[in-house]
This record gives sequence, C-alpha cells and structure tokens, in this order.
Amino acid sequence: MSPLLEVEDLHVEFRARGSAVKAVNGLSYTLEEGETLAILGESGSGKSVAAQAVMGILDTPPARITGGAVRFRGTELLGMPEKKRRAYRGAQIAMIFQDALSSLNPVHRVGDQIAEMLIVHRGTSRREARRRAVELMDRVRIPSAADRVNDFPHQFSGGMRQRVMIAMALALEPDVLIADEPTTALDVTVQAQIMKLLSELQDEMAMGLILITHDLGVVADVADRIALMYAGRVVEEADVEDLYARPAHPYAEGLLLSVPRIDVRDRELTPIKGAPPNLAAIPAGCPFHPRCPRARDRCSTEVPELRLVRTGEGASDRSGARSEAPSPSPSPAGGHRSACHFAEEVVSDGR
Amino acid sequence: MVPVLIGTTLLIYLAVFALPGDPIRALGGDKPMPPAVYASLRHHYHLDQPLIVQYGHYLWGLVHGDFGETLNGQSVGDVMKTDWAVTARLGVTAWIFELVVGIALGVWAGRRKGGVVDTLVLSGTTLVIAVPTFVLAYCAQLIFGLKLGWFPTAGTDDGWPYSYLLPGIVLGSASLAYIARLTRTSLVENFRADYVRTAVAKGLTRRRVLVRHTLRNSLIPVVTYLGVDLGHLMAGAIVIEGIFNLPGIGGQIFTAIQIKDGPTVVGIATLLVLVYLFANLVVDLLYGVLDPRIRYE
Amino acid sequence: MSETTEVAATAQTGAVVSGASASLWGDAWRDLCRRVTFWVAVVILAFMGLLAAFPSLFTSAGPNGGCDVRQAKLRPKSWNPFAGGDHPFGTDTHGCDYWAQIVHGTRAPIIVGLLVTGIALVLAITLGSLSGYYGRLLDALLSRITDVFFGLPLLLGALVILTAFPSHGVLTESFVLGLLWWPTMTRLMRGQVLSVRDADYVQAARLLGARDPRIVVRHILPNAVAPVFVYGMLNVGVVIGYEATLDYLGVGLQYPTVSWGLQLSQAQEIFTDFPYLLIYPALFLTATVLSFLLLGDAVRDALDPKLR
Repeated sequence: MSPLLEVEDLHVEFRARGSAVKAVNGLSYTLEEGETLAILGESGSGKSVAAQAVMGILDTPPARITGGAVRFRGTELLGMPEKKRRAYRGAQIAMIFQDALSSLNPVHRVGDQIAEMLIVHRGTSRREARRRAVELMDRVRIPSAADRVNDFPHQFSGGMRQRVMIAMALALEPDVLIADEPTTALDVTVQAQIMKLLSELQDEMAMGLILITHDLGVVADVADRIALMYAGRVVEEADVEDLYARPAHPYAEGLLLSVPRIDVRDRELTPIKGAPPNLAAIPAGCPFHPRCPRARDRCSTEVPELRLVRTGEGASDRSGARSEAPSPSPSPAGGHRSACHFAEEVVSDGR
Repeated sequence: MVPVLIGTTLLIYLAVFALPGDPIRALGGDKPMPPAVYASLRHHYHLDQPLIVQYGHYLWGLVHGDFGETLNGQSVGDVMKTDWAVTARLGVTAWIFELVVGIALGVWAGRRKGGVVDTLVLSGTTLVIAVPTFVLAYCAQLIFGLKLGWFPTAGTDDGWPYSYLLPGIVLGSASLAYIARLTRTSLVENFRADYVRTAVAKGLTRRRVLVRHTLRNSLIPVVTYLGVDLGHLMAGAIVIEGIFNLPGIGGQIFTAIQIKDGPTVVGIATLLVLVYLFANLVVDLLYGVLDPRIRYE
Repeated sequence: MSETTEVAATAQTGAVVSGASASLWGDAWRDLCRRVTFWVAVVILAFMGLLAAFPSLFTSAGPNGGCDVRQAKLRPKSWNPFAGGDHPFGTDTHGCDYWAQIVHGTRAPIIVGLLVTGIALVLAITLGSLSGYYGRLLDALLSRITDVFFGLPLLLGALVILTAFPSHGVLTESFVLGLLWWPTMTRLMRGQVLSVRDADYVQAARLLGARDPRIVVRHILPNAVAPVFVYGMLNVGVVIGYEATLDYLGVGLQYPTVSWGLQLSQAQEIFTDFPYLLIYPALFLTATVLSFLLLGDAVRDALDPKLR
C-alpha cells in the first residue's frame, strides 16, 4: 500500500541576481497513515521551503522546483495543473504556520476566516459555515467560542490564535497536516498545551502529522519518527527512540550532546563547531564534513546516500571498510537510515 | 478639531489683514476718498478696531453661519452659493476619475510587478507628478480640446458632464498618480505578507486571494491619502477653473486675492478649510472601519 | 578535531556569509551606482546646475537683455536647437531671445527649491528630534501647531500670504514657502524619532551613561534621518513645481526676475498660435522636477533594506 505522503529526491532552488541558492537538495521522506513525522533542523536547513514545496505554495520565481517527486496516496502532485492542485490544498493537505498573528488576516473576523474554507471548497452556505466554525473553535478548546467567533485575530492571545489557525486547517478534515514550527513563538506552557491538542486531534481524526521544528524537547513527546535535515536533505531518519538512543549521524550525535541537561552535573556545554553552511556554496561531499569531528578524506569528496544503517554484527571497523554481513532489514518505510559513510561507527561509539 | 479650525482661520485672518496693503483705499480706485466715507467704511468692516477684536467679530458671525460681507457689500455666503456647485461638480469628476483609474492601474501594475505594465505605470505616474498641473492643463486644452476636438475647451456651456470631463481629468491626474503608486506599493507589500501565504495554503483561488485578502488590506493607505487629497484638489481647482474658465469658487477666491477683497478671501478660505477638516475627520473614522486593529484600541 | 581543521571549518562556513563591507550607506551607494535612473537624474541636474550657476557660459545676453521688440514672437527655425541661427528657441513677446531667457530662468526655481527644502529640513530635524525625544509638553505644543498648519491646504495658504506681502523676491518666496512646508517634514522626523527612541540600542546607550545630546546626535539622528532625507530630495522637485505655479498665478516672482514659471505665465494667452513659447520652459521645468523625483526615488530604493 502506498504511503500517505511520499517525498522523493526533492530539489528546490532560489535564483537571485545570478546566483542560485540550493535550499533543498535531494530530500526524501515518507509519511504513513496516522503517523507523526517530525522534521528537525536548524534555520536554513530547508525544512520550511520543502514543506511549502509540498503544499505547492512557493513563489515561483524566485523559487524553482528543479527535481524530485511528491506523491499523495500515490498521485503525483508536482506538475499537476494548478486548478487540480488547489483541490488538494487545504482539503487533503493542510498547513499551519509559526506566527499566527501575522498569518491570519487582520481585517477579517476569525469566524469568517474559518468559514471561508467550507464556503470555498464545499460550497457550504454562509450560515452553515459559520455554525461549523463555532463547532471547530470549540473542538480546539477555545472558550466561549460562540461569543468569540466574531472577534478579530489581534483580540486573541498567542495560544488562542494558534488554535484558531488549527481550527481553520482542520475544517475540511484533511488527511495530512503540516505544522511549520507551530509553537516556536509561544510560551513554554502554552507550547505544551498546543502540542497536546495537536496530538489529540490527530488521533481523533486519524491524520498524518508532519511537525517541523528545531526543538528536540517538543519532538520527544509527540513524534513517532524523526527526519533530521541538514543543508537541504535528510541526514538521518529513524523512530524517535532509536534516534535518541542510538544516533547514527554525527550531526544527530552533536545535537543530542549539545542539549543542556539539568540532571547531569558538571558537564560542559558542547556545541557543534562551526556554523550552518552558506546555501549558495554548499561544501562538496558530505555537507556536514567541515563541522564533523569524525570527518575523513572520503567525506569531502563523496556525497553519502541516505541508506539503512546496518545494526548488530558486521559493523564496519575503523578503517572505514564496508561490512560484509548485511543484517535482516526492516520494511523500506521505517527503519533507521543515515546519510553518513560511517554511520555504523557512530552507532557503535554511542553504545 | 475646533481648536485646529480656530487656529487655521486665525492664521488666514492674520495673513490677510495683518500685512500691509489698504483694501479700503483700493476700493476707491484712483479717486481720492473723502475722509468721512473712508472712516465709515473702515468702521463698517471693523478695520478700525484691534485685530483680535476684528477676529472676534468674524468668529461670532461664523457661528451664526455668516461668512461676512464682501467689500462690495454682498454677503460672502450668497456669492459662494452660486459658484459652489460648479466647483463641486469639478471636484466630483476629478475624484471619481482618480479613484477608479488610479486603483485599477495600481492593481494592474502591482500584480505584475517588474513587468511591462508596472514599468509603464511607474514611469507614467512619475512624469505626471513632475509636470505642474497648469502645464498639463494647457497641453490638454491644446491637444484634446483644440487639435483633436474631443472635449470642449472652456466654459460650462455643455453642462454636466461634458464641460467638466477634461478639466476634471486634468485636476485629478496628479492625485491619480499618487493613488496608483500607493495602491501598487501597498499591494506588492501585502503580497509578501504571511496571511497571504496562509490564504494560498487554504486552497483559495488566486482571484479570491487578491480581492478578499490582499486588496482589502492594501486599500487602507489609499483611504487615508484621500483626506489630504482633498486639499490638493481644492488648490488645483483654483488653477483649473481659471484655465478652463469655469465660474467656481476657486476662480472667485483668486480674483478676491487679486483685488485684495479681504473678507471674501477669508470667507471662502474658511469654507474650504472647514470642508477639508471635515473630510479628514470622515477619513479618520473610515480608517477605523476598515482596519479593526485601530478600532479596538 | 584539531585546531587547524576547526579554523578551516569556521572559515569555510563563515567567510562567504560576511562578504564585502556591509554598511548601510556603503551598500546604498553601490546600489545607487547601478541604477540608470540615478545617472540620468544626476546628469540632468548637473546640467541645470551649470545653467543656474554660470549662465554666461551658455548665452551672451543678460536676463531680459538684448530684447528687440521688433523681433518679437519669432518662431524657432526648426525643432533642432543646434541648427544654428540667432534664436535657436525663437523669441518671446518682448523680443528677447527665448534660449537666453530659459538659461536665466533656471536659477530662481532651483534656488527656491533648495532654500525651501533646506529651511524645512533644518527646522524639521531640530524640532522633530526635540519633540520626538523629549515628548510631553514640547511635543504636545508642536503637534498642535503642525495640526493647525495641516488644516490649511498649501497652495491656498501660499496664495493668501504671498498676495499680502509687499515684496516678491526669491528670498520672500522661499521664506513663505518654507514657513508652510516645515510641518510635514517635522511630523515625519518626529515619527521617525519616536520609532527609534525606544530601540534597544538607545536604551543600551543610556544605560552606559551617555547623556541626552550624545544619544540624540550619535544614535537617534543617524537612524531616523534617512527617510526624512529622501523626502527632502523628492521635495525639492515638488517645491519647484509649486513655485512655478505661484509664478504663473502672478503671486510669486515678478518681472524683472526671470523664471520658467513667469515665462509660462506670459505664454498663456498666445500659446495656441505659438506653442513653442509653452513647450520650451515646460520641458526644462519638467526635466528638472522629474530629475529630483527620480533622484529621490533612487535613493529611497537604495536605502530600503527590504528591497535588497
């Protein structure tokens, strides 16, 4: 059975004044029914651009999708005529954004903005759509929904506004919800509430959820799988527990080490050296190699593929020679993948 | 608003009456005026009293709807009544023209930013702003009135709207340029706004995103401009009415200034200021209607 | 990772980001140099500046000089002014060489434009900064005063005041127009100062012990002044336009001063038969105003960080 959403080898480029910035370089991931996939990465890793490419809302120009495929339940979305694509947008695949204050139209009432989804996609009458809007606001736990449906976005607090956005996105019961940093702009306590809400709604509606974030803590609670992005591609993909317990890429390793921990005393903060790459001039070979404590010659010349990490016996030795004994691999979707030449080494070092 | 009104009318009053130049003597023309007549005229117009008292008289009259007397003895109010309609028609023509064409051009240019239309609109509007209105008026009169004969060149003989079309278009052209640019800039800025991205992500048609989301928000600055615009129109009317020979109050105030008919000048100027302040008040209220963020503060 | 590789890492990832020097004015200047409209405007304005400063380089006649009434209203021989002949632009109603009149008519509008903008700018920057920075009573007072001026449409005010003034020289006109123009710019400056005043770097300066004058001059002014400066540049063109209109209405400069506006005023009765009397001054006037507008536009676009 085809996965709910499948992104394969996506390439997105931005052209500005002659130079090309490669925001997304061969991104691949899959999302199954009812699954929560967290896409993790620093600013500039291309995660938002990729999400917008999937939704088809990138400004072209200056952005251009230069390769790859995006399949929703097997149907190829890229290259689809805009009119057909619009039918998917909002109705099958919905997206919510980081800053709800600027992402909601300030001059339209909240109820109207939610109702708009139903009116435009389903041809619902205005009255009925408004009624549904109140229901949706209730469902996302906005108190006194019936009274507040006529309010404007600036009259809500940050957390409430984000709930409005969620209500709007879920109005048509989409199969996939992409949440682009939904809690970054919120206080920690509100963050927790929103994440809990998303999680519950996802269960209720059997949605696939793609959670884009840079916050490891948020991910740990909510996600089933993680795709870690660096310089526009996935460098590690695994179930949450697997990645946290046995990272198979130096970047993931570095990230986990750099999280400050209250429970471990006298441990120095160990950040990852260097800075994220300039996307107009991505380093050759493995894009992480300039910052990698394990980098070797091979890393600066050969781009590592995202491949299954071999576990157990047969891990490669220090010289980097590939192991000869493949272990039984899990199903193609799922499993622990890493884009590092020495992934097994990372895993074994961590044990 | 009242303090501003008082302040502005005082300013005008001072400008007209506090500066040198004796209007009463000018009334008499070349003939020397008998002192008794001179004194009585001065007394009649309160010119023998301190300036501030004169102003007090004037304000008192204003409150009762009396705009004063011209130096010919007519009521300023009466004089304005007849000519007010002409100016109003001219103003309305200009206003409709500048709004409809201005916003349309602005939207067209903004939608295809950087394209041919955009460049044309930007350069065209810059050019129109650069040419002083009276030069435009003469050129228009020459080309469209005389040479091509599309419009009547002067006077109100053809009545509404034909007589007012060409003057109205010329009068509104500078404002049109501003409105088109303002709409375009506002539109371009709003296209990049986050909420437009959300609207697109909702799967709305391009048209709906443009009209219901982008345009509505983009027109707010245009509305606020309209208040100031009225001032430009009023000033421009003075010039346009002269060139196209329309008997409106613009031409009247101009003549009054020439012959130093102080009361008429102050009377008409006060009326114009009143209209201007009122219009700005309306614009302020309208702004509250259009942008709910202001409303609830 | 050894130290050399660490340095190499930072160098590779960090270096390309910083690039060439990134000061606001430096960047703006580079951007400006690339724009065609900027250079067009500069060339035209340089030409006009030469005409205004050194008229004798361009014509031998003095202002209103060498006029022969018997040679009045001579049409120019051809549209090409370089075709030669005594009067490349023809003659006006008094028989003066039109080209000479145009050359001499350059100085007045430009001086008025620069003077008015200069006065308004100085007033605006001082009053606007003080009002915006200190706030309270000073600000309230200033706002009321500017409100009063705003209630008066500019042309109307200029018309009324100039009529009553006994003299009509360049200085008078500049003074009166400057008086009417300063409120808009002051409001703008005040708004800018207000938005900069609460910035973090101002707070930081204050906490470090800097005193008010230093804060205003070194921190607030440089950051607040750019839009006002741009507005000023655009403004010169607008003032020149207004000046011409006032001349045309007869309340601005008067004979024997020569200005384009006056030339247009003289042409109004007969231009239908002698269109060149209208066209030449109109052309020069438009070119000058246009150049200031283009200059102002170019500078504003170059300084706008959002458009980079």
